[in-house]
Parts: sequence; C-alpha cells; structure tokens
Amino acid sequence: MKPRIAPERFRAMFEPRGVLVAGVSTHPAKFGFVALHNIVSQGYEGAVYGTNRDGGEVLGVPMVTSLDELPDDAPIDLVFVCTPAAANVELLRACAARGIGAAFLTSAGYGEAGDDGRRAEAELVALADELGMLLAGPNGQGVVSTPARLCAQIVAPYPPAGAIGIASQSGNFVSSFQNYARASGVGVSRAVSAGNAAALTIPDYLEYYASDAATRVGLAYVEGIADGRAFFDRVRDVTVEMPLVVLKGGATSGGERAAASHTGALAADDRVFDGMCRQAGMTRATNVEEAFDTAATFATQPLPSGPRVAVVTTAGGWGVVTADAITRSELELVPLPPALLAAIDERLPPRWSRNNPIDLAGGETRDTIPEVLELVAESPEVDAIIYLGLGIQSNQARLLREGPFGGDPGIERVIAYHERQDARFARAAAEVSESSGKPVLTATELALADPDNIGPATVRATGRYCYPTAQRAVVSLEHLWRYARFEQRRGRS
Amino acid sequence: MNASDAREPRRTLSEAESKALLGDFDVPGVPDRVVATSDAAVAAAGELGYPVVVKLSGERIAHKTERGLVRLALGGAEQVEAAAIELLAAAIPDDGDVALLVAPMLRAARELIVGLHDDPQFGRCVMVGIGGVLAEAVADVAFRLAPIDATDAHEMLDDLRAAAILGPVRGQPAVDREAVVRILLGLSRLATDRPDVLSVDVNPLLIVEGTPIAVDALVEVRT
Repeated sequence: MKPRIAPERFRAMFEPRGVLVAGVSTHPAKFGFVALHNIVSQGYEGAVYGTNRDGGEVLGVPMVTSLDELPDDAPIDLVFVCTPAAANVELLRACAARGIGAAFLTSAGYGEAGDDGRRAEAELVALADELGMLLAGPNGQGVVSTPARLCAQIVAPYPPAGAIGIASQSGNFVSSFQNYARASGVGVSRAVSAGNAAALTIPDYLEYYASDAATRVGLAYVEGIADGRAFFDRVRDVTVEMPLVVLKGGATSGGERAAASHTGALAADDRVFDGMCRQAGMTRATNVEEAFDTAATFATQPLPSGPRVAVVTTAGGWGVVTADAITRSELELVPLPPALLAAIDERLPPRWSRNNPIDLAGGETRDTIPEVLELVAESPEVDAIIYLGLGIQSNQARLLREGPFGGDPGIERVIAYHERQDARFARAAAEVSESSGKPVLTATELALADPDNIGPATVRATGRYCYPTAQRAVVSLEHLWRYARFEQRRGRS
Repeated sequence: MNASDAREPRRTLSEAESKALLGDFDVPGVPDRVVATSDAAVAAAGELGYPVVVKLSGERIAHKTERGLVRLALGGAEQVEAAAIELLAAAIPDDGDVALLVAPMLRAARELIVGLHDDPQFGRCVMVGIGGVLAEAVADVAFRLAPIDATDAHEMLDDLRAAAILGPVRGQPAVDREAVVRILLGLSRLATDRPDVLSVDVNPLLIVEGTPIAVDALVEVRT
C-alpha cells in the first residue's frame, strides 16, 4: 500500500505562507485574472505574487516576468499555475529551486488531450517526484482552505468556514458542495478539485483531511478509480479516523465481459462498488444533495448511539409522514416509554398525541417546546430527535408585517413574540443536542421557502443544518446511524 | 491489480470437481454420485434413496437448466434409466467428456446464491444473494472484497432487501446464519489460497430445514 504523504507537506498547499500565481492576465474574464482576484479578495493574509509577460501590478499585486525577480526572502509555498502546458516544466523547476513545496495546475492539455497530452502528464508526474513537490491537477479548478482564508480557484464560490473537507474528481461538484455550504451555513474546511489527479489522487487528500484538526468529515466525488483495491484499502483506513461520504458518477466496467457465471453477471453495474463502500465504512450517497446533507450532518451533529428516533412536531401530518420515512429506513420509531409519557403529560395540553410522533398539539401556546425537547432527549430510550414545525409562527409574523396592518402596535408586539419564540425553539434544539450528546435534527421547508425566517436563520446561527424536508433529515440520520453501528461492531466508537 | 484479464484462457471444472473443491473450503454439498452409464445411475439412485435428481455433468457445461440437462424428482428406477439415456444423448461435441450426476432430491422453499467474482476494478469479491433460476432477474445480492471477516459476512446478509426470508418462514426454521457465514468465509479463504480460481458460482445454495447445502456449483479456473 502506498505510504501516506506526511501531513506537514500539505501545509504548502492548504496553509501556504505565500502564493505565486503563474500566468496572470489583466482581462477579468481570463482564468489568470480570476485566480488572482479570488485569492486577494477573500481575506487571504499571506504574501501574493504573480507572473506575467509585462511585469507591473495587477489588482495591486506585484508581477514579475521571471522568478529571478522575486525578492529572495519572499515566503512562497504554493504556485497556482494558469500558464499553458508547454511552459510548466521550466516553471516548476524554477519554483522548486525557490523552495515552493506545492503546485496547483489549472492548465489543460494533459491527460484529457490525447497521446501527446498523456505523455506531457506522465512527464509532469515524474518531474514532481524528482522535485519533491506536491502536484495537484492538472486541469483542476483550484483549492480552498478556510482556516487560511485561501480561495485559490478559477470559479466561485468561496464557502463559509466549517468542518467539511471536500475532494472531487469534478471541479463542478466542488462548486456545488460549496454553494450548498453557502446556502445552509454549514461550512467547509478544505476543498480541492483534483482535476486529472495525475499525481495527487482523491485518497491522498482524504488521508490529509483525516489528520487535519479543522476537518471532521470527508466529502468526495469520484468517477473512474484506477486501482480499486488500493482505493479500498486507503479509504478503509480513513474511515477509522473520520466519517467519509462519497458520491460516485458513472457505472463501473464490472460487467464488460459477458459473464459465464451468475455471480459475474450480478457483479455488473456498481454493486461491487456499493459493497466496497459498506465494507470500508464509507457512506455512499445516491445524489448530490444527499451527499451534502449527510456530510453536513456528520459535521454538525453527534453520532447516535442507537437507531431509536423520536419525532417532535407541532403539526400532525408532518409527523405521520416522517414516521413513515423512519419505518422504511434502518432507523426505529421508538415507542414512548411510560416515564417519558407521564412527564410530557404534565407539559402539554391533554389532546397531545401520547405517542411517537410526539404531536405537540399547540404546545407552542403552552410554551413548553424547549422543555419537551429536553425531556425526550434525556430519555435513555431515545437515541435521536427529529424536530418539525419550526418557523410557523414567524411565517405568520411575516404576513402580519407585510400586510396592510403592519405597524399597528398590537400586531408588532405579536410579530416580536412569534419571532422570539421561534429563535428560542431553534436554540433549544441545539442546546438539548449539546447537553444530551444526541443528534437533534430540525427540518422545515422554510429553510428554502424563506431562509430569512428567524427559525431556520437561528438554526444556521447555532451552526446546525436546517433540513429542507424531514425525508432528507431521516436519510442523513440513517447514514449517521449506519456509520456509528459500523464502528460499534468493530469495537470502535 | 489482481483482477483477471477477460481474455485469459480459462476452463470450468465439472460440477463434481467444483463441489469437491468447494467442500474443502467449508461449502457443504449434497452427497452425490458421478457415473458413466444409465445402469450405474439406477444403482446410485437406489443407494441414495428416491426421489433423485439426474444431471448431465461436464467441464464445458454451464447453465444446465437452460439446456434442459437437469431432471428433477425422479421417483423410480425406470424414470432414472430413461432420463439417463436422454441426457447422454443430449450431449453435443462441444461439451467434451460428460458424465451423469445423481443426487438426492432435496426440497426447500428458500434458495440462496453464493459466489466469487474477479472484478476488473476491485479484484476478488465474495457474493451472497437470493438464489434460484430467477437470481439474475431478482438481483438481490451483496458483494464484499476478499478477504472478509465474520462481521462483514453478517452485514452482507443484512444488506439483502429480502433479508426477511432468512428468518422463520412458512413453518421452516430460520436460516442458520452462522452456517451461511462459514460458507462465505470459506469462499473468502478460497479466493486467498487459490489464485488460479477465477470465479465460483453456487446456485442454488438450498436451505433445507434452515441448513444451507450446495446443490449446484460451477468453478472457473485459469488454465
């Protein structure tokens, strides 16, 4: 098995003291401009230099025409390469001579570009080996590292800081995940678009993330896997250290040979990949939003120690449908233990459901939602909570405010009350989760329909994810339980 | 990578050879006899007890059911003799050397499939699934890369959508999961110990009173 790359070496890429952008352009539509713009505009505090044909300054950054012109003591660890493939061998040699430890190549014209390109890519890999330089790409979109406020990429967006470490064989999916991060407020620690992954491959990045204090969960997109066995061995080690969510594009070539055996025929499509994921303790997502939801859940919730879920809802229908989703999953809708039932009886109107889902039956008017959440979370027979109905009051508050009677002191008082309550409920969900050490997932479509509603907004402010549907909360929670169970069965936790 | 090249020369072992090899790796097979003539088939059936199954067996014969080379539930000597004569006559030159395989007719409501596959991307993997003639159409299977441990094997069974059929069903006891796990671990050992084995197909793995027994098996080896 390939030995892990020492994590310290990745500091040159993810925590560089300075960045050199090679091939800077003055045209705002060119990658060579966008890369420089994104690095200097998002708060990166290290030294920044650029190379171009004319020298001078671009965006206030000093340009050199040759690396010889750089100050001897310029502390540069990363070169971000936007130059054509033909220029890169000489460039990388000069960078290595200055002690630059890592290169990110956006340049195209390599492995994706015919025989000549493949030859050039093989030369590039050999050169990086010879120089002892970490080489990301080529043909990648860039690298993001929020602890360093580094946005070295030729595309948007720059995500909020967080604990998700992204490694993707498709740059577009890095953008997708980062867009989800922006929308949900659940942020990213590091992200890299591996491009052709000529030298550094997806497992290399994931192994670094596993050792990285800023990263709690890995999120990977993969297509082709050159050596499946090595991939398996490496990701299996990674999942011992952190949960790992994978989204895979494309069917495998497993069924190419007309199989003589049933077993061979059944190995077609990607059933082998699926089994490999389960065996490695890796969470496989079926689509992009499930991948992000699940990574966001690993990043922001404690692991459940069992499958028993209680649904707490302010309205009946939502709870019923969520109960159905739980029943279809590997989670369990826990019957309410008598002690919990009795305790809730004291805090809710008599018409409450007296069952799981716990239909609060207007518990908001008795103002007992935080207490009920706490009681449920403290029950030793409950492993996790899904909380539905947050933001209803503030939704009405919005209608009151925007309607023709807004401004009336009585109405304003009610608006303020509604919003105070939803904020309180959202905070209670996070506090109860922290004090009990159990996952509490809040789901409401208001997360999408009205992200400014104080309910979902407060969920974001607590650092948690507000699930747009209960179904998505159930799927994410099921993934967390599967991972926890995998660890438990192997004597880890 | 240790995955096999699709073009490399390979041959299949006969059913009898396949079962003998699998027996060495904890895959229990039905006690059967390999004979050359219809008379010998009748004698074997008498020893095993009726009803019996008679099949045409040979290195190059796969997919016997599709070719009508399996005769089930033969209740007496006359039927065995007639079936044996027909089967021997059904052999074609491409089949190479053939023989008759006589086995007791086992009845079971549940059939699993287990096997080994050499995946081009991931190498050798162990499979378990819902078996029988509809195994491919049902496609309810779980794979793991060899080698596996007992925890993996149990989780493979849990992965099956129809895992409920492993419990007590229609008066039959629950499937002896430990026995199935031993078979999967045996296949895993086979994958490790025998690099020349390219694939194994045990279908059906019949569940008789809860106990798994291989009644058909096909092993492909590198030549």
